[in-house]
Amino acid sequence: MFRRILRSVREFRAPTVLTFIFMVGEAVIECLIPFITADLVNNIKRGTDMRSLIMTGLLLALMAALSLTCGGLAGRTCAKASAGFARNLRYDLFSRIQGFSFENVDRFSTASLVTRLTTDVGNAQMSYMMVIRTAIRSPLMFIFSIVMAYIMGGALSTAFVVVIPVLIFGLLMIARFAMPAFRKIFRKYDRLNESIEENVRGMRVVKGFAREDYEKKRFAEASDGIAKEFTKAERIVALNTPLMQICMHFNMVFVLLVGSKMIIKSRGTDIDVGQISSMLTYGMQILMSLMMLSMIYIILTISFESFKRIDEILREEPTLTSPADALTEVPDGSVVFENVSFKYSSEARKNALENINLTIPSGATVGIIGGTGSSKSTLVQLIPRLYDATAGRVLVGGHDVREYRTDSLRDAVSMVLQKNQLFSGTVRENLRWGDPGADDAAIAEACSLARADEFIDTLPDGYDTYIEQGGTNVSGGQKQRLCIARALLKKPKILILDDSTSAVDTKTDAGIRAGFRRYIPSTTKIIIAQRVASVRDADMIAVMDGGRISDVGTHEELLGRSLIYREVCEQQAAGKEGADNE
Amino acid sequence: MSKTGNRQVRDSGGEAGKGRPRVDRGVLGRVFGMLLRAYPVLVPVAAFCIIFNAVCSVMPAVFQQKVVALIEVHWKSGDWETASGEIVPLVLVLVGFYVLSIAASTASRQLMAVITQGFLSKVRRRMFDSMQDLPIKYFDTHRHGDIMSVYTNDTDALREFISQALPQMLASGIIVLGVFGVMIWYSVWLALVVVAGVAAMIFVSRKLGGGSAKYFVRQQKSTGATEGFIQEMMSGQKVVKVFNHEDQALADFKKTNDRLYEDSFRAHAYANTLGPVIMNIGNLLYVIIATVGGALLLARVPNPSVRGLFAGAGLGVVTIDVLLPFLNMTKQFTGNVNQLSQQVNAIAMASAGAGRIFALMDEQPETDDGYVKLVDAVIGPDGSVTEADHRTGHWAWKHPHRADGTVTYTELRGEVTMNDVDFAYTEGKQVLFDVSVYAYPGQKVAFVGATGAGKTTITNLINRFYDIADGKIRYDGINVNKIRKSDLRRSLGIVLQDTNLFTGTVMDNIRYGRLDATDAECVEAARLAGADDFITRLPEGYATELSNNGSNLSQGQRQLIAIARCAVADPPVMILDEATSSIDTRTEAIVQRGMDKLMEGRTTFVIAHRLSTVRNADVIMVLDHGRIIERGSHEKLIAEKGTYYKLYKGVFELE
Repeated sequence: MFRRILRSVREFRAPTVLTFIFMVGEAVIECLIPFITADLVNNIKRGTDMRSLIMTGLLLALMAALSLTCGGLAGRTCAKASAGFARNLRYDLFSRIQGFSFENVDRFSTASLVTRLTTDVGNAQMSYMMVIRTAIRSPLMFIFSIVMAYIMGGALSTAFVVVIPVLIFGLLMIARFAMPAFRKIFRKYDRLNESIEENVRGMRVVKGFAREDYEKKRFAEASDGIAKEFTKAERIVALNTPLMQICMHFNMVFVLLVGSKMIIKSRGTDIDVGQISSMLTYGMQILMSLMMLSMIYIILTISFESFKRIDEILREEPTLTSPADALTEVPDGSVVFENVSFKYSSEARKNALENINLTIPSGATVGIIGGTGSSKSTLVQLIPRLYDATAGRVLVGGHDVREYRTDSLRDAVSMVLQKNQLFSGTVRENLRWGDPGADDAAIAEACSLARADEFIDTLPDGYDTYIEQGGTNVSGGQKQRLCIARALLKKPKILILDDSTSAVDTKTDAGIRAGFRRYIPSTTKIIIAQRVASVRDADMIAVMDGGRISDVGTHEELLGRSLIYREVCEQQAAGKEGADNE
Repeated sequence: MSKTGNRQVRDSGGEAGKGRPRVDRGVLGRVFGMLLRAYPVLVPVAAFCIIFNAVCSVMPAVFQQKVVALIEVHWKSGDWETASGEIVPLVLVLVGFYVLSIAASTASRQLMAVITQGFLSKVRRRMFDSMQDLPIKYFDTHRHGDIMSVYTNDTDALREFISQALPQMLASGIIVLGVFGVMIWYSVWLALVVVAGVAAMIFVSRKLGGGSAKYFVRQQKSTGATEGFIQEMMSGQKVVKVFNHEDQALADFKKTNDRLYEDSFRAHAYANTLGPVIMNIGNLLYVIIATVGGALLLARVPNPSVRGLFAGAGLGVVTIDVLLPFLNMTKQFTGNVNQLSQQVNAIAMASAGAGRIFALMDEQPETDDGYVKLVDAVIGPDGSVTEADHRTGHWAWKHPHRADGTVTYTELRGEVTMNDVDFAYTEGKQVLFDVSVYAYPGQKVAFVGATGAGKTTITNLINRFYDIADGKIRYDGINVNKIRKSDLRRSLGIVLQDTNLFTGTVMDNIRYGRLDATDAECVEAARLAGADDFITRLPEGYATELSNNGSNLSQGQRQLIAIARCAVADPPVMILDEATSSIDTRTEAIVQRGMDKLMEGRTTFVIAHRLSTVRNADVIMVLDHGRIIERGSHEKLIAEKGTYYKLYKGVFELE
């Protein structure tokens, strides 16, 4: 998993390695400084001359400067490496998601994709920074300090033999008990925040049912429950303070006691007071490096979930692939369904489409009608190969859709989705999604065909009017017409409208369809609609019921023989006729 | 001398703060106040433990000085026996200190864990409680993401502050002061060198800190931009695919992503450099102290010190037993100054976060001066109303009269009237003009009109999501302002276009309408709403877990559950705001039978886009720009051949 994620480091391998090198430099100097200060102190004590004092002082100053350079540069390269790693990781995830099929996208919710790209990558960046700063430095500091302490202090360093195992054992125990608890709590904490979000979003429901006190009580229980578990886990982690202190203090006492004995017994020949103070510094460095290592462990465990979530995307295989020698040209706009069955996931018990057979000649206008859940949208989504049929095959222009390059196929098949969306940007920018090179004349033509030109002209800035995120500043009907215009700009061989004129008034709706007949007669038009009026003049109408095509025919034929179709017509006509009679 | 030295340290601490985003002292003071009120005993005890521990950690320097002084006396003799007689007791006292210090730090960390989490839970609960009491207006005028961020980011910042920054500052502050005290106790000259070093540290950290803060703010901004882009693209992913727009989306993403990288790199580069710089100024300071100390030692320069002053010994000279612990103290001193400087960011963030937390808590709650209550009632055969203590299926308004102390009961019938209501969400932008509505018990009243015509506003006023100034809305003849809001809303069932379901089972979601409803009653309600059919076909039936606002259901199915939720509440008055907009006409026709039964005997307000839904209403109100322009039955309005007629013929486009 980590290897897959670390692939995103790429060009930032250099700053990463530089960070390691600078960190090694810093660690070496850090470990040398106490060694020299010990000499300095001893010299002072023994009363040397000013000159050698200043020389040693200068040497130390030089080392501090070197250490500063290394440390500063490491700070910079490490910032660069981790920010760059995060950038690449975000880019890789984003590009990976762009390669996802609808089936892949369905598996992750929008919210979860956003979290992975933001919070989770942020966590990855922080842990990467921590790790490259300390992963080399701490073990090095640990080893150097022990070596230097041994060289300098000899017997004095035996204190570490006792302290180090105790500290390692203690830290491991703390991590072992606290970490699983933390992981569990974080998940609960996420759920708590989700429930807050539900309340914020659903406040009208909460207040509408006067459930404020009920929600308060539930929240109080959940919040206190989490606090209790959090406290328990944090109290375990808090034990590292006394553990650290015991080790440090033991070292201090040992050095003071044994050190002074050694100095006095050897009359200052074995070691001297300078070494005492440096031994304490080494002791600190050793313990701190162990502490840092345990920190890395903690941070990695905490961000483990994030890594896992990121990896899930990197690991997800796009479910739709095209052959190497795929077709790039769609010859015509004919569509054939051959014994097609489909289900959304292999676990689903019921097929969403059951044994569909339908032949649509190129240039035909086809209406599809049926109740909620009758799989109308599912059926048309197989045409631009947004999903692959589970059984049977779908032919477009005489070839199985799987033989085409998906982008060539989707260029030829333009689909206006039921859940449509405009993006923040000007009207023109939005329309150019259909054809990036479209000139103003082409755009105006598409808009006139979609009957969007009338209202665009009334907008303050016309085609340069800025559309807010989600298209909130245009009405539903206007949005639908813009989406149709956008789809028309592709100049497709097949145009699919999935309930795309539901908010458009009937007159405009009829006008759009008349335009289609007149200006794009060779384009195959597939129209899913709730209103019978939107499909009654189609060449053929497919009536869907429970994932099957119950009947196909013209309006008149179906009126005669399809019960469902007649029922729908009668419901919708009921008011109409009444009105006509008035 | 000592006084100025102390002040310098304190002032410089404050100075460092000014370079960063400003810290609101009042806000942090309020955090302290809340903390103290929440834990009046534990907080002082924890503070005492922290201070005690800090004082203890200053002591080793003193002991070290004493031990080294003893070594100085004895090292030439090599007589350990005599020396140990003096050294061992000293060390034993030190061990005693250590034991106390460990006890204190253990206690303080354990206490802080309890305090932090307990306090955070209190803060969360208080925020949530105040939030529940806020008027709908608040939620309509604040972005949900912003509200959420108070619970997540700002609360996290507060946790950081309480569990890390606060104890650390207290400890470091005490240690800095204590160490400084010990320093001047031994040598004023050397202490002055340390002060100069600290001044340099503060200068540098302000420079670097300022740069880092600037880029962190930028990073924040570009993070927001990147998140916004991701959000938009992820939710429109299917459109991206249909238009083969993947490469373009990726190219656009690259731009914002690269900007974020730049800012993030700079922000962290500054921040990462701060540590080594401060640390090495510390190293340098160490060298300078050693050299200057050595020079003083060699030159036998007089050493003014507080110790000298007290001992009456006058000016001694710098000796090795002073210099050695002084060097260690320098390390400790700079280490703690570093710690203090690291906390500045945490304080600034906590101050900003706490500000937003308090803003949420202080938000003006929904006012409710209502005193008329809804009670279960028994209606006598003569029409008399008496209060009951159990569910009877009948309700009454209990109306205490303040003037004479009497109580009258009015049977709940479900009559709602509005008289010449004007309303504006924001001053000067009137959205309703002279709206009068009379809904008699059991009537179905429909509102028709374009988006923004004021349909939903009217229902917002009936259940008092928004308030009008004077009593022009009456419920069973009672001014709605006099009715307790919770009781008023209990008597009104509401189904909204944007269905909100909660995490839990389908059954839980239906029961939300009436918490004491039995499973059988919930199923019955679902049947009435026409939801039973699809629910029983779900993998786990009524026990199916819903999450993420029921994202595993279709919009139409969610609406059916919402209708069932309203049905189980069995309210005398219902408001259906586009409640069936996502249900196709055929399913709606099936649901309609249930809906008709549901509406039977209840006053119902229906807002619908689809005219077939409102056709059988007793009264249809056609709204246009906040005014009722037509009213009457379907037949009457069609005959008038006005706006409704045109809408019905599909000549006009709604929305």
